[in-house]
Amino acid sequence: MIIAEKKPIEEIIQEVKEYGRILILGCNECVTVCEAGGKKEVQVLASALRMYFLKEGMEKTIDERTLERQCDHEYLEELREDIDRYDAVLSLACGVGVQFAAEKYMETPLLPGVNTTCLGANEQRGVWTERCQACGSCVLASTAGICPVSRCAKRVLNGPCGGSSDGKCEINKELDCAWQLIIDRLKALGRLEEYESVAPIKDWSTDRAGGPRKTVREDVQI
Amino acid sequence: MSNKTSSKLEKVLRSGHLAVTSECGPPRGSDPEAVKKKGEMIKEYVDSVNITDNQTSMTRLSSLAACIHLKLAGLDPVLQMVTRDRNRIALQSDILGAASFDINNILCLSGDHQSFGDCAQGQNVHDLDSMQLIQTVRHMRDEGKFLGGDDINGPPDMFVGAAANPFADPFEIRVPRLAKKVACGAEFIQTQCIYNLDRFEEWMKGVRERGLHEKVFILAGMTPMKSAGMAKFMKNRVPGMDVPDEIVKRLSGVEKKQQAQEGIDICVESMQRLKEIEGVAGFHVMAIEWEEKVPEIVERSGLYPRPDV
Amino acid sequence: MRLKCPSNFRIVRLPCTGKIDIHHILRSFEKGADGVYVVGCREGECHYTSGNFRARKRVEQASSLLDKIGIGGERVRMYNLSSGEAPLFVQYSAEMDEHVRELGPSPVRKAKGIGEQVA
Repeated sequence: MIIAEKKPIEEIIQEVKEYGRILILGCNECVTVCEAGGKKEVQVLASALRMYFLKEGMEKTIDERTLERQCDHEYLEELREDIDRYDAVLSLACGVGVQFAAEKYMETPLLPGVNTTCLGANEQRGVWTERCQACGSCVLASTAGICPVSRCAKRVLNGPCGGSSDGKCEINKELDCAWQLIIDRLKALGRLEEYESVAPIKDWSTDRAGGPRKTVREDVQI
Repeated sequence: MSNKTSSKLEKVLRSGHLAVTSECGPPRGSDPEAVKKKGEMIKEYVDSVNITDNQTSMTRLSSLAACIHLKLAGLDPVLQMVTRDRNRIALQSDILGAASFDINNILCLSGDHQSFGDCAQGQNVHDLDSMQLIQTVRHMRDEGKFLGGDDINGPPDMFVGAAANPFADPFEIRVPRLAKKVACGAEFIQTQCIYNLDRFEEWMKGVRERGLHEKVFILAGMTPMKSAGMAKFMKNRVPGMDVPDEIVKRLSGVEKKQQAQEGIDICVESMQRLKEIEGVAGFHVMAIEWEEKVPEIVERSGLYPRPDV
Repeated sequence: MRLKCPSNFRIVRLPCTGKIDIHHILRSFEKGADGVYVVGCREGECHYTSGNFRARKRVEQASSLLDKIGIGGERVRMYNLSSGEAPLFVQYSAEMDEHVRELGPSPVRKAKGIGEQVA
């Protein structure tokens, strides 16, 4: 899923302070699961902001709402009737949700309340780690199911580099070397000989390099 | 085997001599005098000189420019090129730029991560990795074509090298990894600094078992220790470095002002032992900011004078 | 056993302190409380193993947030006792009462212009 983390409240205060009527908009998908922008986080943030501005003597209306998703027209449309009641919307969705809402409601400022960090997994309670960079051309079949693009600090396709030490990456002793993981898994699969096949130069045009990506599925279009 | 390039290093190696290369770091500024001076100091004692490419990710004068300075001073430079800072357009372009100045050697590396340097907030590129860079140079030279498929008008005339670390983890892929670089087209290898000679010999045994020493020239990496403190630092803090306790003990066992000389002695003794190993084709002497000691090391190792090829 | 206890606080009952969330604490301040104390079972004696540890973490987070918005993180505290320790409850309540009196009315209540009594 998409992983995000809450922005510091100081930064959010700076973002919203010029607006009088503010809607804090949560999302019931990924950011709820990673506890950055779901209903609970909306409640906490709204309450904190209300108290802050009250204490500062600044009159504000701060409302709370959480949509099923902010990356789908049908849910964002639910705001249509109420959007004009607000001077700004602070969205706690990932960067996708914030933008999708912004595109839809051209006259309302849309502000981000979280930092979107990665596509990751919930490794343990309160710990999320990156697993995918959406390069658009998956190499996992030839890397024992472990992604060097997202998990190697140099995204080397023929690793490990010289910085691999005791199974860890040179940039951080707590970070597993992706290539150590690949080699360990190749061994477990009894396919270590596959290590010697050279990964060809990658076509990055399906990655960010090729410009914003668009996926069209005519078979599911109506 | 006949020479494939005009590289002096290649000529020395193919004529059966033990080659000696060294290394200079470009200055952190635009004055080329320092690197020229370093080159002058070691010119008669080495066959070729590597110029590092923003090593440890500290921004410096470019490797290519420093190579040109050395080339104009009559040396045979080895252009180190990392994949961290340039995409395939820039890499190919700089290869041609170097070739236009008759720089005939290249060492293909991935480069230290930028978080170690002075631009920790910068992006890295890694469009290619080090193995793919080896393939790229070979493709440009041998096929006379760009990666995009177009013909190169005057392909680069470059002897292609790569690094190998016999001591890094995981150990079981150390020889296969070399095999992979050879398969990609590496013609010479410069290894990580060798202090654990037993482990290096074990690696070389694996290299010979696969006949890799007949396909690639292996230059053993040597860095003299300046002090016991440096040995401890290398042992404990530098990833992929294998410094046995005996080295630290031996350096700590002599007076502080004698430690540098002891470090040189260890280096020379190691080289004398490594010379005897089948498959060692030469030495890469990396005397970091201590280039003035290269002549002494080369002479005492019995590698002076250098052959005239 | 009749113990003299401060009477200027309201008890919000929860099945376990593990049920408490940051927004419960914040809402209390929003509604005019000058202080909030969470009273959970003794550490290591939670019927649900870790409810009181979770509560402590949330109290700490609420405290840090209250600091950042200028309400004062010291206005929220966590105490631990067993259900048989009524005198200790009274002692903690008195302690909290005194502590909050020293801090004075919360900035929220002052801004709202609510009377001077301690909520």
